[in-house]
Amino acid sequence: MMDTEKFNWCLRAGDNTLVLSQRLSEWCGKGPALEEDMALTNIALDLLGQSTLWLSYAAKIEGLDRDEAGLAFLRDTHEFHNVLLVEQPNGDYGYTLVRQLYFDVWHTLWLKSLLNSSDTHIAQIAEKSLKEVSYHLRRSSDLVIRLGDGSDESHTRMQRSVDDLWMYSGECFIDDALDKVIADRQVAPLPSSLKEEWFATIQGIFSKATLTMPSKDAWMQQGGKQGRHTEHLGYLLAEMQFLQRAYPSASW
Amino acid sequence: MSKEWPLWEIFIRSQHGLSHKHVGSLHAPDAEMALNNARDVYTRRNEGVSIWVVPASVIVASSPEDRGEFFDPSASKIYRHPTFFTIPPEVGNL
Repeated sequence: MMDTEKFNWCLRAGDNTLVLSQRLSEWCGKGPALEEDMALTNIALDLLGQSTLWLSYAAKIEGLDRDEAGLAFLRDTHEFHNVLLVEQPNGDYGYTLVRQLYFDVWHTLWLKSLLNSSDTHIAQIAEKSLKEVSYHLRRSSDLVIRLGDGSDESHTRMQRSVDDLWMYSGECFIDDALDKVIADRQVAPLPSSLKEEWFATIQGIFSKATLTMPSKDAWMQQGGKQGRHTEHLGYLLAEMQFLQRAYPSASW
Repeated sequence: MSKEWPLWEIFIRSQHGLSHKHVGSLHAPDAEMALNNARDVYTRRNEGVSIWVVPASVIVASSPEDRGEFFDPSASKIYRHPTFFTIPPEVGNL
């Protein structure tokens, strides 16, 4: 019988990286400098590769005739289980970088804890992803520090991005029923168990960046993990899925 | 002050034992970002195991006008090439 819990949990993992990858690839050809453009699209491709690993594992667990591409391109918004943070629009470069930093810090902590997963395949995906994500974090934290502690203009923009995106930063740490079952089975840690270290890491980066961290107790948006999304995801999927919808089964 | 980031020359060592080779240049505000950018721009296809970044402004280059006195004299000195030694057959292909 299909392991529905693990299947759904893998969708959450794969949808986070897939949706963020799609967002980042919107910068392709529009980056503020050639070097930044390349860096962002590299990261987008890293994340896309990780999505392939998560979603093909989900497809294998499901055991039906759809593969990772079917999961990526033929599900609708309410069937996506990514956190709301990753579907937020790119905004200016400050928004993109702060969104990336919030995600990268969580992603690193989460992948590290998955190295001890009771599921060896998940541990292997985590090990492969962690090298890539360590670089993502190195880059996003470096740029947030530079721009936060940069000119008046860059500081103002960064602080605005920090404040505006803050309410989307907490969903990664809210435990729901599925998270509890998965944690009981020692497949993955409880999301809330990563929270304090996330705050500490962000606080350390913000101190160097001369940015003010909003309140730890601020109200947080949630719903993405359960399939309730902001309006932005629909537009993102419309673009991402267009080809498969218009030309079903088209391939390279 | 120029708003353009300064130019850096990038050298990559493709594998252990080989020397760093010039691969191109890029713009970055300082050395640390030049390294990150070089990683992103020039090692995407598994090209390297080590990167050097050097500010283009510190490179001292010979000038084209010096070409005559610098390089032409060596063109007529074939005895500087080790082509006059006979290689013993036991050595085989070097």
